[in-house]
Amino acid sequence: MSLLEVKNLKKYFATQKAVDDISFTLNKGSIFGLLGPNGAGKTTLIRMITGIFYPDEGSILLDGKKFDAENDVGLIGYMPEERGLYKKMKIGEQAVYLAQLKGLSKSEATQKVKQWFIKFEMQSWWNKKVEDLSKGMGQKLQFVTTVLHEPKLIILDEPFSGLDPVNSNLIKDEIYHLAQKGATIIFSTHRMEQVEEICDHIILVNKGKKILDGTVAAVKQQFKENIYRIGFEEIPAMLSPQYFEIIGKKDNSLVIKINNGFRSNDVLQYFIQQNINVASFNEMLPSLNDIFIKLVEGTPLTRQFQSVTA
Amino acid sequence: MKKIWLVIQREYLTRVKKRSFLLLTILVPLIIIGFYAAIIAISISGNSSSQKMAIVDEANLFNGKIDKSKSDLSDYTFIQNETETSFKEKYKDRGYSSFLYIPKFNIDTPAGLKIHSQSAISLSEKSKIEGLINKAIEEKRLITAQIDPAKYKAINSDISIDNAIDSEKGEKKAVAGVAYAVSFAAGILIYMILIIYGMMVMRGVMEEKMNRIAEVVVSSVKPFQLMLGKIIGIGGVGLTQFIIWLVLMFLLQIIVTALFPGLSHQVATMQASQQVGQQNMMQLVSEGIKSLPVGLMVFCFLFYFLGGYLIYASLFAAVGSAVSEDQQEAQQLTFPIMMPIILGFVIMTKAVNDPNSGLALFGSLFPLTSPVVMMGRIAYSPPAWQIILSMLLLILGFLFFTWLTAKIYRTGILMYGKKITWKEMVKWAFRKG
Repeated sequence: MSLLEVKNLKKYFATQKAVDDISFTLNKGSIFGLLGPNGAGKTTLIRMITGIFYPDEGSILLDGKKFDAENDVGLIGYMPEERGLYKKMKIGEQAVYLAQLKGLSKSEATQKVKQWFIKFEMQSWWNKKVEDLSKGMGQKLQFVTTVLHEPKLIILDEPFSGLDPVNSNLIKDEIYHLAQKGATIIFSTHRMEQVEEICDHIILVNKGKKILDGTVAAVKQQFKENIYRIGFEEIPAMLSPQYFEIIGKKDNSLVIKINNGFRSNDVLQYFIQQNINVASFNEMLPSLNDIFIKLVEGTPLTRQFQSVTA
Repeated sequence: MKKIWLVIQREYLTRVKKRSFLLLTILVPLIIIGFYAAIIAISISGNSSSQKMAIVDEANLFNGKIDKSKSDLSDYTFIQNETETSFKEKYKDRGYSSFLYIPKFNIDTPAGLKIHSQSAISLSEKSKIEGLINKAIEEKRLITAQIDPAKYKAINSDISIDNAIDSEKGEKKAVAGVAYAVSFAAGILIYMILIIYGMMVMRGVMEEKMNRIAEVVVSSVKPFQLMLGKIIGIGGVGLTQFIIWLVLMFLLQIIVTALFPGLSHQVATMQASQQVGQQNMMQLVSEGIKSLPVGLMVFCFLFYFLGGYLIYASLFAAVGSAVSEDQQEAQQLTFPIMMPIILGFVIMTKAVNDPNSGLALFGSLFPLTSPVVMMGRIAYSPPAWQIILSMLLLILGFLFFTWLTAKIYRTGILMYGKKITWKEMVKWAFRKG
């Protein structure tokens, strides 16, 4: 069951095709990674999904219905990359205000804020002002205000920036928890190790176009290069196989790339015939980081301005 | 609509609850009025304790008595058989605070009059005594010239000319001075409101942008709702401030009259002893106020306050949304907005002198200057068609500028780290969609 369906979305600005024909589908309860280099059009894409921008072309279906920015704001929780809070406003009041803007009643909002504050051990913050908080504390508060109204779709842009490992984990656990309860999460970041850890499904955007779409496992399979690590008791001295090339050595293991036309069993058989004991043997899948760099590399680091005739 | 209401509430409450708001709204007028009250209190107490005065009248100017009806000099005693030098030693011991010495003098060249006192006497006291002596000398001169004082009074001329305005409703009395003062005050008031509250809106928008809250809020509220909510909320703050000031002024007036019941009497007697030309000033002013179209003025004030505020607040909001870094940038960007306000002010100062000139007419029709200029003309009862046209243009101007600025605002608040020029803002404003 898909929660969000984006079809042929386009948004052209005066000097750029910010989003150029992007489509994807998001399943309920999944954690979705939206990746891409700076200026790829991620923010514009997100702003269209949250109703801040109107797309030039294309359609957005939210929960099976056509997305209606005016009335669907309560279904979405958005934590932008450029985020902040009213510095001079009391924290409790502020959280309640933001929840009310999402359509909650005052009493409902107050009750929810209190629950979350207890959960994150923030009760003593209620009458403090945002300017009294550290950056990390502010991020925590920002997260609470994003998910407070129990949105079906949560969009987090770089949610861990400025958080220490302890608070990072706290938020991460909460993200898993929300996904388990049925919320769908879009997670936009440059930190590939986090994506690998958290996301089920990713798309990669570059220059306004989608260049990769799939589950994390499938994407890794797609980009694997038949690289294996073999562990020995002692590295054998002379090897001249036609099956593989040695591309690295470390301690008691070799990193090899199996040549085209051969399988891992051919390699293992070779060592058995040579009577060399193999202590370990595993495939080395490429990291998302490698895939990202491979796909994006070669294109200019920052987007050039182009004239748009649309 | 519910969301705009939420935004209005927040904008209003966070400002009204601030300590600086209370300080500014309650303390400032209290300090100003307290200051005046102190001055009045001092001057009254100085008078009420106006200690006994002695008069050594060697010239026999007053013939030993002062006509009570002509003077309010309260406590005086004529001293006989003393000279200036002899009495100088004694007046303190006899319980007088001061004494007036009138030497023998030629009635045509009076000289040598002197007031001796322990401390400086007040200016009003001095002018009272001078008036008294002048009158006495005048009377003596009339007698030596063999003119009957009663006849002289009859010959003396003191006229003032009325200016009647002929309108369809009939004749009305106009008083140029009063219309001038009221017009000027109303124009300046509107001018100040536009700048002060416009700036407040701009700072509010800048705060939202610089604290990076704009995108968070805009994901729940339409940018236009956010802008309108802010403008209305701050307008409400302005109105609250005005109402508090009015109430404070009213209360203080009651308190002051309750504390110093002699005050109004004091003012009246001071008025009575003034020179002939100014004698019916009070009456003139009150008559002048009656001649003004008060109902129309109050209505216009509210209308132009609202219309002008809405236009300029939306312009200031647009500028605030374009500022990405600092105050200095804001100053540069506000300059083009300040121009029409200042222009309006300049035209207004001309219009109060010549309310029917072409410049005044233009200024009171053009929506960016009309709030200030029309307030400067309104006391002179401009023709109805001009007022109606000006108001229509103001409403159209309001619609046009909010439409324009909403587009700038929408783009501006989501732009970070880039210096935005007026050229770009104009481009955003006229971009379709």
